[in-house]
Amino acid sequence: MNNQRYLRRRIRSAFFMGLSVVATVFGLSWLVLVLGTLLYEGLGGFDFRLFSEMTPAPGDDGGLLNAIMGSLMMNIFAVAVGTPIGIFAGTYLAEYGRHTKLAFVVRFVNDILLSAPSIVLGLFIYEIIVLPMGHFSAWAGSAVLATIVIPVVVRTTENMLLLIPNTLREAAAALGAPRAHVIKQVTWRAARAGIVTGVLLAIARISGETAPLLFTALNNQFWSLDPNAPMASLPVVIFQFAISPYRDWQQLAWSGALLITLTVLILSIIARVLEARTDQK
Amino acid sequence: MVDLALSQDLSASPIAARLHRFHAGDRNFRRIAFSCALVILAMFAGILWALIAGAWPAISAFGLPFIWTEIWNPVTQKFGGLAPIAGTLVTSFLAMLVAVPVGIGIAIFLTELCPRPLQRPIGIAVELLAGIPSIIYGIWGLFVLAPFLQQYVMPGVIAAFADIPVLSSLFAGPPYGIGVFTAALILSIMTIPFISAITRDVFETVPPVLKEATYGLGATIWEVQSKVVLPYARSGVVGGVMLALGRALGETMAVTFVIGNSHRVSSSLFAPGTTISASIANEFTEAVGDLYLPALVELGLLLFIVTFLVLATAQYMLYQLERRAGGRP
Repeated sequence: MNNQRYLRRRIRSAFFMGLSVVATVFGLSWLVLVLGTLLYEGLGGFDFRLFSEMTPAPGDDGGLLNAIMGSLMMNIFAVAVGTPIGIFAGTYLAEYGRHTKLAFVVRFVNDILLSAPSIVLGLFIYEIIVLPMGHFSAWAGSAVLATIVIPVVVRTTENMLLLIPNTLREAAAALGAPRAHVIKQVTWRAARAGIVTGVLLAIARISGETAPLLFTALNNQFWSLDPNAPMASLPVVIFQFAISPYRDWQQLAWSGALLITLTVLILSIIARVLEARTDQK
Repeated sequence: MVDLALSQDLSASPIAARLHRFHAGDRNFRRIAFSCALVILAMFAGILWALIAGAWPAISAFGLPFIWTEIWNPVTQKFGGLAPIAGTLVTSFLAMLVAVPVGIGIAIFLTELCPRPLQRPIGIAVELLAGIPSIIYGIWGLFVLAPFLQQYVMPGVIAAFADIPVLSSLFAGPPYGIGVFTAALILSIMTIPFISAITRDVFETVPPVLKEATYGLGATIWEVQSKVVLPYARSGVVGGVMLALGRALGETMAVTFVIGNSHRVSSSLFAPGTTISASIANEFTEAVGDLYLPALVELGLLLFIVTFLVLATAQYMLYQLERRAGGRP
């Protein structure tokens, strides 16, 4: 009797553990399929032309140079604006206002923004930049990306600063250093790798961001470095080319998708390595 | 600073000036940090304001019935948001139906069953996959999944359920390949790594002592998971699922490719539909007329409100877990 009951429990356990193995195989095989297809389709179009020629008209051959350049430019603008704001705000949360009500609210709002739908951020920038300016522009695109960068950097900066032991701050303060010096010379330095991790993760996040760019930076078929004009970006070009009926455009879309994925993966791997190093310290 | 005491009586003024500069620099630094923190709040307020202001013409023209009206006619400038709202809720719900059990299953596998040497590689792979941009899943759905479903899966399912009352209308219509079902499937595929990464982290907060004690009483693995780990980590798992739900609700690119963008509410999951984000992405730059754009912005406002509620719940749940785990570091 007792043995039978034990057997039932064992079988039940084995059944559910079997299900969890099935779930793992099921979940991971989708991802293998997606990445496999991406590699297979994308590598076919990976050549020098991809990086040296403009997006073509249907039927011509060409590359993604203007889209790559546009993405680079907008990412750089976004990071240049978003990183300092994010770092300072994160510093405020961790160093000055750690237990204040204001910090609590800012933390809450920041975490909401962190996972808010990016398309809503796009609508926001459309209302405050595109409409008053009267036209789509790379500035607006960069602004959207910056609003995505800021919450990511705030979160990681705060987390990393909180890892720094208080004894370090106290020691510096005991030497007579003002608060600003303690932060700049001691805590920022100690948390440097972690803060850089946050910036890398933010870049990874915006590299594939498509939806809000559709109605802020729009797209541009030609070579343009004018931030006041619509600008092509890799994700938007991929979107347009993928839904087009032309085979060569679709090929470019696959290659662009592979390019973005590789960028994102490499950035996240570097970020992880950096993070692991900070943890070891 | 060293000669502060020595020179005190000789020349107090330069040092006083220097100290003053120090003090001013200190104050300014604090002010900069403080105003950057306020930028976060300003962004949030700005988003709300911009969405309400942008949607105002539509809000005052259509009022509350906007939410349950199906009509979407740019020619007559009559708009109702039922189709995209229903599409958003249905696709996210279906996606969670698949992704939550699978994601939790993967987390259990990783924390309990996985051989040690594989634990880290699989864990890292799952985390990296959670960061892959959604447009990748979208393009894959369009070129690989949709044609596959259209050829091999949908016709069979439609035929199999043709005579069963409820299911026949749930899986009816010509097999387009694209549609609500495909969009939900893509959404679940992309949220699986997200849910399993968070759930695994949450499971790891369970003190090993608790698990060991239960094993010591002779419990099986499943009993430890269902009676100790899950109850302990409940609020964290719910929080993680809510975060994933927030993502699925607002997800644009993975859905836009495969949902078919049709403003019609259909009982069939195989029929094309639309979601809030897909409508905005597809129609925003082509919207003409006084009410078309505001109607789209109003959809965005509704999406923002819904995701806000979901994400706020998620945060509350995760905060509960954090408090139990001993507060913030």
